[in-house]
Amino acid sequence: MTTHAAALDRGGMDATEVGMGVYNMKLGMWVFLLSEVMFFTSLIGSYIILRSAHPDMFAQPGEVLAVNLTAFNTFLLICSSVTMVLAFAAIERGDQAKLKAWLIATALIGMSFLGVQVYEYIQLSSHGFVPSVEGYSAAGAPLYGSTFYTMTGFHGFHVFVGVLALWYLVIQAFRGKYTVANHGAVEITGLYWHFVDLVWIILFTIVYLI
Amino acid sequence: MEYAEAQAGAGAAHEGGTSTKAYFVVFGTLAVLTVIEVLIPTRLGFPKNVQIILLVFLALWKALLVALYYMHLRYEPKRLKWMVIAPFPLAVILVMAVLTEF
Repeated sequence: MTTHAAALDRGGMDATEVGMGVYNMKLGMWVFLLSEVMFFTSLIGSYIILRSAHPDMFAQPGEVLAVNLTAFNTFLLICSSVTMVLAFAAIERGDQAKLKAWLIATALIGMSFLGVQVYEYIQLSSHGFVPSVEGYSAAGAPLYGSTFYTMTGFHGFHVFVGVLALWYLVIQAFRGKYTVANHGAVEITGLYWHFVDLVWIILFTIVYLI
Repeated sequence: MEYAEAQAGAGAAHEGGTSTKAYFVVFGTLAVLTVIEVLIPTRLGFPKNVQIILLVFLALWKALLVALYYMHLRYEPKRLKWMVIAPFPLAVILVMAVLTEF
């Protein structure tokens, strides 16, 4: 009420016209995600620039990295985005059972993604492709190795944090904390999770396919 | 804006929002585009420049689908949409400006 009155005093604008038109938590999450856009731009942009400057030090698609395995992993992450949005749709209509089920599915798929990524790291490092090794013969690490592990490592860390947040949501959902009128945490965690998927879509294309 | 206020007033964003069927249509599209992306460098035999253009285009299309339908950006207020779009020209400028140094 106070906000509405103050808005009218400032020139007759309706209170709903003030601000971004979304609730604070959502606005905060979007602002955070936009800062993450700049963060990943710096990593991916550095990779693009270094690769353009030293193409001989980077491998062609499929020479070092497992494209098919990572394509499957990409598919997993896309599936997790579907389950996340279905969880959100469930609580929007008050379906507690589906909310819990889809949240658990999302968390499990996210953990599977991380598991495949760890397996990939083990395979790569067992063949000598590690973050930084002088004189590594295949495709000239250290540049390739350091950029690859930095980008995918940071993304993997974001997925890990997302999985922790999802399990927190699951616990809260089992406690009955989320309702039709109060499920902001589900929505903003969903935003974060979809962003993680979105970044991987870009990363997979630029790192594994180009 | 407080959450309760937004739920009461700005919930119109979800009244005309995405249906469950639409989520699966987007999922199917993402899956098909991913398959096409994998085929481009491994099977289709296009020149490298063409591969890059196609792959970047497909990746941006997939990212847009996720942002518009899964993140519900399509149904958010215009101000928020503009705020989300704002960093992307900056990101492109950042990369292109340094790229031209080489």
